[in-house]
Amino acid sequence: MVEYRTVQTTCTYCGCGCGLLLEVMDEGLVGTLPMKTHPINEGTLCIKGWSVHEFVQNEKRLLRPLVRENGDFREVDWEDALKLVASRLKEIRDTSGPDSIAGLSSAKCTNEENYLFQKWMRVVVGTNNVDHCARL
Amino acid sequence: MDGLEKARAIISELLTKDAISGFLALKMVNGHPMPSLFTRVDELDGLYLGEVRYPLTKILTGLARKYPDNTFGILTRACDERSLIELYKNQQLDPEKVTFVGMACSGELAEKCDCSRPYPSRIDIGEKVERHGDPAGVREIEALPEEERYRHWMSQFIKCIKCYGCRNICPVCFCTTCTLEDHNLVHLGGMPPQMPIFHLVRAMHMADRCIDCGLCEEACPADIPLRTLYRKVRETVQSLFGYVPGESTEDLPPLETLGDGTFEIGGSSREQRG
Repeated sequence: MVEYRTVQTTCTYCGCGCGLLLEVMDEGLVGTLPMKTHPINEGTLCIKGWSVHEFVQNEKRLLRPLVRENGDFREVDWEDALKLVASRLKEIRDTSGPDSIAGLSSAKCTNEENYLFQKWMRVVVGTNNVDHCARL
Repeated sequence: MDGLEKARAIISELLTKDAISGFLALKMVNGHPMPSLFTRVDELDGLYLGEVRYPLTKILTGLARKYPDNTFGILTRACDERSLIELYKNQQLDPEKVTFVGMACSGELAEKCDCSRPYPSRIDIGEKVERHGDPAGVREIEALPEEERYRHWMSQFIKCIKCYGCRNICPVCFCTTCTLEDHNLVHLGGMPPQMPIFHLVRAMHMADRCIDCGLCEEACPADIPLRTLYRKVRETVQSLFGYVPGESTEDLPPLETLGDGTFEIGGSSREQRG
């Protein structure tokens, strides 16, 4: 059975939100096209957008959280990963103070998520050490 | 019968009598036209014949690599037909495995694309509109003194963000190893070729293949007037070799047959196809 279709989606790489068409052939992703009729990118993309189909199915892509123990990584589920992060952050804050922690947010998030993140750093953790990957 | 009904009738017939495995055209999904392979007659309700262009023949090249024994139908505007001709000659597609349904473009689209001949050799859908491309862009830059011309192009190329969109969208860019990212020339994790090398390499490599469809310029986020550059290269190829890419199914691409004709451009795509 031959198959070729394109699936409309939004690029996950940054906050611009460019429209993409992922090309599906025989149930596999084979390419990315910029959406010509999308109001944001109007048929253009950057090199990251053009390569979306590659990272989606890259074998090096992390699919589960990893915890480093004695220099090695161990796969854990989300519940355990979040529990560990929360308890360690609390421990560091209590022993070394809130300003020993910094938060780095992401250009891949929405404005609302970034707002929430800085709010969380300031109110819950208690520090103004917040920055954003787009400034790196 | 309007164009859409006529197109549906032609494609239905091709699909019903099993002349093709699928028909490549644009389909309206959630208010946006997007490339799709129609394999069933009932899907044709979503067929779109409007003015949005995607590189359908490039998609067809991918389909032919994946399904080399199948025959596909394709909605073909004049620019698509010119690219098909180059793809046949460069052995990327087998003409016997392609069934084209020709569509003439509207006057508005022809104007928008600055098209030189907005209708294919056989018109199945649409009305023929005559139009001639405007070489004013090339003439204007040619008229500048050399130093100014140089400054003009450098100020255009410097805007490039190296998205590779011009290459990715190009229907006649088919090499499986592209010089612009060949690991022997461009190191993994390093920077892509700098300007103007990047742009001039592409212009040279497309010299006897560029069919002046303008998709590269439409895909350029930096608004670099790529078409003006490639049109100049097309003119040079025409004056040197009398060759216009996409025009004739007979004339051989000059850069593939230089010398006594025994030299051929190598590459894995050719070897793959034997």
